Amino acid sequence: MTLPAWIVALPLLAAALMTAVPRSRLLMVGSAAILTPALVAFLARTILRDGVLQMQLGGWQTPLGIQLRADGLSVAMLGITAVIMGVITLYAWAYFRDHESSRYFWVLWMFLWAALNALFLSADIFNLYVTLELLGLSAVALVALPQKAAALTAAMRYLLVSLSGSLSYLMGVALLYAANGTLNIEMLANTAQASPATSAAFAMIAGGLIMKSALLPLHFWLPPAHANAPAPVSAVLSALVVKASFYIMLRLWLTLFGALTSPSIAQILGVMAAMAVIWGSIQALLADRLKMMVAYSTVAQIGYLFLIFPLSQLAQGSQEALQGGMYFLFSHACAKAAVFLAAGTVIYACGHDRIDGLAGIVRQMPVSMFAFALAGTSLIGLPPSGGFIAKWLYLNAALRNGQWWWCALLLGGGLLATAYIFRFFSIAFSNREEIVSARPVPKMMEWPALGLAVCAISLGLVAPAVKKLLGVGGLF
Amino acid sequence: MKRAEKKRSGSRGVNSLAALGAAALASILAWAVWTLPPYPERMSNLVAENMHRSGVENPVTAVLLNFRGYDTLLEIGVLLLALVSVWSIGTSTARPAAEKPRPILMLLLRLLLPFMLLLSGYILWIGKYAPGGAFQAGAILAGGGILFISATDRPIPTGIGMWRSAAAIGLLVFILIALATSATLGEFLRYPVAIAGGLILLIEAAASISIGAILINLFVGAEPGQAHSGFSRDGQNRNIEKESSIE
Amino acid sequence: MTVTLLYALVGVALLSMGFYGLVIHPHLLRKLLALNVAGAGVFLFLVAAADSGAAGTPDPVPHAMVLTGIVVAISATALALVLADRIFQVSGSTQMAEKDPAEGL
Repeated sequence: MTLPAWIVALPLLAAALMTAVPRSRLLMVGSAAILTPALVAFLARTILRDGVLQMQLGGWQTPLGIQLRADGLSVAMLGITAVIMGVITLYAWAYFRDHESSRYFWVLWMFLWAALNALFLSADIFNLYVTLELLGLSAVALVALPQKAAALTAAMRYLLVSLSGSLSYLMGVALLYAANGTLNIEMLANTAQASPATSAAFAMIAGGLIMKSALLPLHFWLPPAHANAPAPVSAVLSALVVKASFYIMLRLWLTLFGALTSPSIAQILGVMAAMAVIWGSIQALLADRLKMMVAYSTVAQIGYLFLIFPLSQLAQGSQEALQGGMYFLFSHACAKAAVFLAAGTVIYACGHDRIDGLAGIVRQMPVSMFAFALAGTSLIGLPPSGGFIAKWLYLNAALRNGQWWWCALLLGGGLLATAYIFRFFSIAFSNREEIVSARPVPKMMEWPALGLAVCAISLGLVAPAVKKLLGVGGLF
Repeated sequence: MKRAEKKRSGSRGVNSLAALGAAALASILAWAVWTLPPYPERMSNLVAENMHRSGVENPVTAVLLNFRGYDTLLEIGVLLLALVSVWSIGTSTARPAAEKPRPILMLLLRLLLPFMLLLSGYILWIGKYAPGGAFQAGAILAGGGILFISATDRPIPTGIGMWRSAAAIGLLVFILIALATSATLGEFLRYPVAIAGGLILLIEAAASISIGAILINLFVGAEPGQAHSGFSRDGQNRNIEKESSIE
Repeated sequence: MTVTLLYALVGVALLSMGFYGLVIHPHLLRKLLALNVAGAGVFLFLVAAADSGAAGTPDPVPHAMVLTGIVVAISATALALVLADRIFQVSGSTQMAEKDPAEGL
């Protein structure tokens, strides 16, 4: 069964062919955008039926060869990637019709997709390093596409942070290999012991991944990068790319490091997460550009993700905590992508995204604003959205294992999110008419945003199915 | 956009904090390294046991192209990605062709380039038996190309179509072979033992062409035909009014 | 102290110095060089980790890791250099602008 490898190889093949034959763009992008989600769906069905699928690449047994692992967690991540990348592909096709700078966009896009797929399937810590680099470089190149000073500087900062993070991660990998003689996650889980080398490796790996996930205080690179990138790029960066390093951190924590490091580490992560929620929300409230507000909202929501570590520490309620964290991930991915796409539509139509200059914009683009509103309810955490389910699961977990102080944070964060979302809405829905001329927006740019927002809302309704998928493999 | 050029970023406080941080990092890692067991059971024996099925005789080549070939596949992808990224960033003050051919470099080119091409092929071939292989061969090819660019007064030869194909061929061949093994043998990237050596050589040959092409174009720094220079012969940057000083 | 341990410690030292240089230098090229020094440190540590003792052959897996790491580092450095060059072209400065979130689209 070589299905997982095809899921990685397909976008890579498309990227290589598009480089050699640029005119094949439509064919390559179209086929990749249709076939990859189909393969992922097929893989999901397979693991629901047969359990975890482990693939030894090259036929070599671990530890000699590299192993791909398709369990509930990785296939769920592949699924959300497929959905979001597919929808944004539609949006980007319309968005880049007029743009000259899009000559290489699609090649970079396919590399990004391949990198994400490879990352979620890998069960080898060095292979994860290579996928992290593939992901980081394609993301940086996509951020730099507009070639304005702001975008280039943001891309440079992002690149430096990304490279430092990767190097730190690689040092951790080297330490783990030197201590244990294997690069496979499962084998490491069996052989690793609590030792200075393991703690140092954890520090390096966690430090690198936290830098790449933009957890406070290492978040400084994210707002400029996400705000100045083209809209489809901002959407995928906030929705998926920052989640990839978080995914690695989660997997390594659950299988390897959680048991081997001191319990206070999780609480420290929780404190950083809390500060991220508060600081990110406040900065979002103060932002005067729409995309900057959305980028800071991402900083805040990443805080919610990292709450998974303290909340899942004790056995009581850890299941809810883990599921809650994953729900945050999925619903934030859909909602944030929808919001960024809507913001991109705003810029396309009005030429700017200064919040104060967008009064009454709901009349110019009702569909996008509706998408924004729906996505906003998920970000705030109102039922029946996925964001609400996630918060509810977290609250349950916190109460069950006695860490009631996180409840205050969750509720407070919701209030802050309400504040900055409604600040935008009060202007967008106001009766003042300030929009002088707005370009008409192609349909293919408005409806993908709405589609993603609907996904964010309906995640609450498909909770049992998601729970079943996550459960494959025993991590959840 | 005048800005004072700083010698050090940040205040003294931040810099001392950075120094402290670096020292702490070094200490933690040094302590971890000190306590590592000296020669634990790592993978040398496992590799040695499986060498006969790998199709090559050099253990590093076996690991790189056979046992952990997937990593190499992604790595070639990273190289191609870097090239596409560089091309997408648009025109840079890429190194122009010299105003006139440089005689010493031309002599060097005439003497060395054939030898470099031969050496590149040799290193590619010898990778099966001794240290060598695709990356080293590609690097030597790139060296020849860079010498060519530095010495002659012609812009980089051939149109972009040729470079695009050359850059992509390594990844393409690798993926196609992987998919072929997946379709016929049912396992991704598994080479039948009988032809493993030949397949590895094929992959490496395509890869070295790609690596050479990619590295040459990375050196140029822009798309062929797009490499305009804002520099006059004496190095003045004509793109902006202000001149920056490099410390 | 064995030679291997010395290599490993030097690698650690290079990594720390590289990170330090990345933080304190404002000039983009110096930041990149510092990152490369840090990378060299990690690779040196990996080479030290390949030591199998006097009797055995060195472990080839860390060697392969270093080769892959070098290629990845080159790719990243090339991208960074072109980005830095482009920033210089567009803004005339070899240092990154101070973070200005209000800057235009």
